[in-house]
Amino acid sequence: MKPVKVLTLSALLGSALVLGACGNDAQSDTGENTEQAESGDAQLQGQIAIDGSSTVFPIMEAVSEEFMMEQPDVQVTVGLSGTGGGFEKFIAGETQMSNASRPIKEEEAAALKEAGVEFTEFQLAYDGLSVVVNKDNDWVDQLTVDELKKMWVDNGTAVKWSDIREGWPEEEIKFYSPGTDSGTFDYFDEVILDGAQINKGATLSEDDNVLVQGVTGEKNAIGYFGYAYYLENKDNIKVVPIVNEEGKAVEPNAETIESGEYEPLSRPLFTYVSNAAIAEDEATAGFVQFMLENASVLSEDVGYVSLPQEKYDEQLVTLEGLK
Amino acid sequence: MEKIERIKSEEMIGRIDSRLVKNKVVKSIFFAATVFTSIILIVLLVRILTQGAPYLSWDFLQNFASRRPEQAGIKAAVIGTVWMMSVVIPTAAILGVGTAIYLEEYAKKNAITRWIQMNISNLAGVPSVVFGLLGLTIFVRLFGFGNSVLAAGFTMALLVLPVVIVASQEAIRAVPSELKEASYGLGATKWQTIFRVVLPYAIPGIATGSILAFSRAIGETAPLIVIGIPTFVAFLPSDVFDSFTALPMQIYNWTSRPQIEFHNLAAAGIIILLGVLIVMNSVAVWIRNRYQSR
Repeated sequence: MKPVKVLTLSALLGSALVLGACGNDAQSDTGENTEQAESGDAQLQGQIAIDGSSTVFPIMEAVSEEFMMEQPDVQVTVGLSGTGGGFEKFIAGETQMSNASRPIKEEEAAALKEAGVEFTEFQLAYDGLSVVVNKDNDWVDQLTVDELKKMWVDNGTAVKWSDIREGWPEEEIKFYSPGTDSGTFDYFDEVILDGAQINKGATLSEDDNVLVQGVTGEKNAIGYFGYAYYLENKDNIKVVPIVNEEGKAVEPNAETIESGEYEPLSRPLFTYVSNAAIAEDEATAGFVQFMLENASVLSEDVGYVSLPQEKYDEQLVTLEGLK
Repeated sequence: MEKIERIKSEEMIGRIDSRLVKNKVVKSIFFAATVFTSIILIVLLVRILTQGAPYLSWDFLQNFASRRPEQAGIKAAVIGTVWMMSVVIPTAAILGVGTAIYLEEYAKKNAITRWIQMNISNLAGVPSVVFGLLGLTIFVRLFGFGNSVLAAGFTMALLVLPVVIVASQEAIRAVPSELKEASYGLGATKWQTIFRVVLPYAIPGIATGSILAFSRAIGETAPLIVIGIPTFVAFLPSDVFDSFTALPMQIYNWTSRPQIEFHNLAAAGIIILLGVLIVMNSVAVWIRNRYQSR
């Protein structure tokens, strides 16, 4: 009886290893399945680690998915540590590419310089930060940047709609904003808040779906998030046209975001690539080229707005210079 | 005299009544608690099942993640979780049970042991993000494992270790001292006693506690995010030094996407995760029954 017990004990521990072995079998299967992907180009090999903004993630996921169909021997991994978290890994040399939903900060660039990492910024697509209110909100027709600033910056007391414009209801505004770690918040902070403290009553969430739900369920709510989230929920919420520098109230959509007419809330999405990786590793260089050639279609596929074609062409020239 | 007797018995009956009422009230409170918990559980399950079930298919298990919800699958995450657990289970089991045996059977009951004991119990309450930071500093950076299966497995093993230790200690403490004394009386050494008497008796308790702890490791997201486990991975690890992704990472990503189809995929992923947990818990029950029936 005793040997049986010993057996069971070791079986318990050993079962883990058996499970691990199953993983190996499965892998050799996929190797055979994907071999048919021939693209005429040289077959590349290598590993590319990408991390950073969760806003940029869907585009990178799409690019990687398509790239690996052509180049099955290149192992691409894409993480979503957030713009800031991604840069930390980029600085530590753990990733070759870092996605960002805002331009790199001075201190991040300085840290990269100190770590000896030279990098190049590439733009992938545009996103229009959409300011939204509840469907039943029939008073807000448009907002100016000053009005946005007046309501979002904390002044110590509750803000009512009537404080912003006369004739609007005397009811307290409920704020919904992306969390302060996100690049989306950083961007809003830069163009609207100007570094001031965001209204302390605001509900902050890293999950934009929570913001969508908040604005959908609260009549006096206002919130902002990426264009893709507005597009997906446009039947349940109302987007607010924002007055641009020329004094025209513009609603975010594919045309106004691409043309730059929707400003100042439309923003480019970036990826930062290590120059050394492009120069020394054909897989990374090939990936960046594939990314710039296909970002236009793929970014629209996942709900963003593509850059004008010239921008991609310019960046392809930049890439050639780095190879 | 007789009058007094009657009053007394009436009083008595009154008191019995109030006790019975109290009994009923307490019973209904407990019953309400059970019903409430069950309803929440049922609502959650029904919601997840109705949302996710249409997306469950062989393709869902066989495909890698994709930007197209209809083509997206969970293969990399399922296999990745299995790989990670193949590091977590042996590491946490060997270290945890070993520590528990030492503390219960060998260590002197002095201030130092009590201090270690207190720290282990406190560790069980440390937020998982902290273990993620520890893993990032030690396994990912210092040891240079990168965001590999090994780094994540060790981090998760550390996370569940306190629970494994405490559960194993409880199980070992429950071994009747008569059994141990009889073993010593027959001339067995300490090691023989531990291996032939203590462990076989304690295995059901150790297994139950440990597998609950391992289930936690399967569901944790925060440490994985901190140590930088990627979400999009379209290959399978070939050894423990490879990158991988895990079920909670994939589910977390899908729930945060704007498109409703991805939310449904997340529900399907949760069903798979629940399936894995049920299998693990069944193993725990099986081990317990097997050993208890002797």
